[in-house]
Amino acid sequence: TCVQCLGDGNTSLQKLATSIVFFFCLSDVSCNSVEQKIYVELNNTVPCVRLLNATHQIGCQSSISGDTGVIHVLESEADLEWPLSKGPNPPYMVLLESSLFTRSIMMKMKNESNRVAGVAVVVPNTSPPEFSPHTTCPNENTGVYSDNYGPNLAHCNTTVWNPRGNGLSYEEFDFPVFSLKEDNETEFIKQCYLDHNRAVNGSAPQYPLCAMQLFSHMHAVTNTPTCMRRNDINFSINPEMVCDPLGDYNVWGSIRPYNDTVFGHKENESVVIAAARLDSRAFFWEVSTGAEGSVSGFVTLLAAAQALREVTHEAPPTRNILFAFFQGETFDYIGSSRMVYDMENGKFVIDLDNIHSVLEIGQVAVHSGTNLFLHSDPVSRRNNTVNDEVKNLVNNLQSSTAGLSFLLVEPNVSQPLPPSSLQRFLRAQPIPGIVLADHESAFNNRYYESFYDNAANLNLTYPSDLSPEEQLEFVTDTAKSLTDVATVVARALYKQAGGNESLVNNIKVTQMLYGFLVSSNNSWFQAVMAPELKNILKPSPPEYYVGVAMSSTPTRLVQYLLANLTGAATNLTQSQCQKPDELPNESRQMYSYLWVQGIVPPNSTERDSFCVRASVRLTKAVSPAFELGEYASKDYSTWTESRWKFIKARIFLVASRDLEMLTLGVGVAVLFTSLLVTYFISTKADVLFSSTREPASAAY
Amino acid sequence: MTASVFFGCTFIAFGPAIALFLFTIARDPLRVIFLIAGAFFWLCSLLLSSLVWFITVQISNKESSSQQKGLLIFGVVLSVLLQETFRFGYYKLLKKANEGLLMLSAEETMPISIRQLAYVSGLGFGFMSGAFSMVNILADSVGPGTIGIHGDSQHYFLSSAFMTMAIILLHMFWGVVFFDSCEKQHWWSLAVVVISHLLVSCLTFQNPQYVGSLVPTYIIVFLVGLWAFFCSGGSLRNLKLCLTCKDKDFLLANHRPR
Repeated sequence: TCVQCLGDGNTSLQKLATSIVFFFCLSDVSCNSVEQKIYVELNNTVPCVRLLNATHQIGCQSSISGDTGVIHVLESEADLEWPLSKGPNPPYMVLLESSLFTRSIMMKMKNESNRVAGVAVVVPNTSPPEFSPHTTCPNENTGVYSDNYGPNLAHCNTTVWNPRGNGLSYEEFDFPVFSLKEDNETEFIKQCYLDHNRAVNGSAPQYPLCAMQLFSHMHAVTNTPTCMRRNDINFSINPEMVCDPLGDYNVWGSIRPYNDTVFGHKENESVVIAAARLDSRAFFWEVSTGAEGSVSGFVTLLAAAQALREVTHEAPPTRNILFAFFQGETFDYIGSSRMVYDMENGKFVIDLDNIHSVLEIGQVAVHSGTNLFLHSDPVSRRNNTVNDEVKNLVNNLQSSTAGLSFLLVEPNVSQPLPPSSLQRFLRAQPIPGIVLADHESAFNNRYYESFYDNAANLNLTYPSDLSPEEQLEFVTDTAKSLTDVATVVARALYKQAGGNESLVNNIKVTQMLYGFLVSSNNSWFQAVMAPELKNILKPSPPEYYVGVAMSSTPTRLVQYLLANLTGAATNLTQSQCQKPDELPNESRQMYSYLWVQGIVPPNSTERDSFCVRASVRLTKAVSPAFELGEYASKDYSTWTESRWKFIKARIFLVASRDLEMLTLGVGVAVLFTSLLVTYFISTKADVLFSSTREPASAAY
Repeated sequence: MTASVFFGCTFIAFGPAIALFLFTIARDPLRVIFLIAGAFFWLCSLLLSSLVWFITVQISNKESSSQQKGLLIFGVVLSVLLQETFRFGYYKLLKKANEGLLMLSAEETMPISIRQLAYVSGLGFGFMSGAFSMVNILADSVGPGTIGIHGDSQHYFLSSAFMTMAIILLHMFWGVVFFDSCEKQHWWSLAVVVISHLLVSCLTFQNPQYVGSLVPTYIIVFLVGLWAFFCSGGSLRNLKLCLTCKDKDFLLANHRPR
């Protein structure tokens, strides 16, 4: 309540000026009307956080009590000299439009960072022509190519995969960088700048000036070994953790189930692995959409898995097919390196020798008429057996495009594999494998690993007059193209696994695209999810950053989708679903049993929940470097994310230093004067206050 | 704004009060006790008036701004009247306590005169009133920002500090005049005290025209100060004596120790 806000009955200074605010105070718990007169909190901001690996720290850092700077809206690159040299009121908080968020401007500000308090980037709704903050050669040190293996192919010497990459995501800034949306808050900030901070006719702007304060203090410093060592300092009962390893879970499923308790090599077992990656990243924390980078790939694989269910039940192929969805691939192949490590050490249901071949779905944002490319590793193909298998796989793939509008082409040049999970398998053992991608050499994706790689980048547009449920069912052109790709993949996998030629149909790509790129809270996703997980579904697309919490939304979604699409619905009740081993035909070692919500029948409000039995499992996707304690490892991913206390941003006016000093001076003068006067009065009190009533005032 | 503004405003608002406390009250424990009791009485009056205000606001129509404005004025007037009532109550309590103290103490004369009590209680009221006015504002002045992003005047902190200083001084003067009028049963001067208190409070409705509220307030401070000076036994002659440093002669002439 706001009893304090009533304040003093007679000093109603606050009252008239803030009387309206009092009414809000009465209904609000946090009532501080003076604070609301000073600060405007910015709510829709996303910070850039600090990530560390074995040798470096990247990202942004603010000081522990926030960085304050006078706002300057940058108009062009030449205007940069105002905050960096000419402006009279450093430090400045530079507000950038997205077109000015370039490497050259950020590097100039990084070099003059004592005059730059921070940067705020306004992210528009429409994308610029191209923007990729990732490096030009993604994951160059943890792939298969090194000085020992294909040295002329290593470090992108033959093909630069991401030529548009400006590497901003991997730079270190010692000021905070936040992103703002194009909304009312940003308008307010720009208006504040125009009102107070504009220099009139070349003279310095007058105080008070509009300023912004950004808080994003990161606890971890230097690199991963340092922060992991500091995690282990146990001085108190609650040790302060400073960083966490990046990681989540990989999702895998197979046509024929495996016993989850029997690990290691399986005799006479030959498996075709179909892989895709789940995650992506952006410059700012967590806001990653990865439409072309990752969603196109794993949606295609999910659709292929669904298509294969029918035909593999009717005519099971000789080899098993294992669908693997890897998390954390953006950060030096966390998921795939972990799976290979588990296979090498007998901690996975199969082993590297059981793998017959690998087909990986990379970036496949195909538009009608364009071709897809089959990338393979030239070094392993020098071995004849591997080469023959690869050629066989290529044949299977190319013959599966019958009746479709595109062809599958092998790239002409002897070029390396693009960054893909297959590279980690090849590091362990030469395995025949193909990566399916829409680019012949450099990426076609203009927004690789950036926040602009969204639905618009895939040309995923819906007519504006459709309701969300209608949009869910509307078949877009993108969906049609990806359906064709999924058909090819499914047919090829079936042939690769030893099955005969057959047609596969019935693929639900468009709903998946809607759910993963537009809104995850739709009726189909609600139907396939577990009741306790339905809160992860939101009206916006999920975020594909791998994170540290081991509970990322895409992993869960893919797990349940794969289970629903490749598994079988059973008649088990909910309690039976949790303890299936009590039933004679069910075994938790062979399958996983998931209780899902189901659809809402037309004339009722209760969901038709049921138990799905599927051979879908999660395996931990944390880098082996953390299992082994080798935090400075060069072989495995060592990425960690720093911890922080709070992240916020606010704007306010700042007064000139002179006015502040004047206030202090006046205060000291008043104190001094009153001390002197009081001393004078108190020493002369007898005289001063003795008046005509002296005689009778002896003991007054 | 920053630490300099924080300290500046603290010294402006509480400078005279601290000086008075240090030199006149801190040495005598009895005075300290009565000061704190006076502060407590003011606190009680504020509690009561805020309770009434809170209840009336809850039952009122929160949407109508004219009603809220009216309620605000009502709250201010009620608070002033309650403060003066509690001052009167404190006076009555002190009169009773004086008799009791006389019985208990070993000396024959009163350890503290009613005039000193008037001054101390007034200062107590002032301290607590100043604290409530100023502490919230001081807490926010430490941060990096200053008022104004929504268009309010920049001089909020400074004016609040000066106003608080005025109020503390006024409470002290009112205390002296009040107790003196109660002693002498001059009810009209009591009424003038209450009216001047109401006047100063209502002047603050002029804010954010800070000049319009501060200048008349300081005029009133000066006038009431003069009145309190005369009530407590001062006179122009004494003042002239002190200022021209002839007080020693005066004391010698009257065989009075310093």
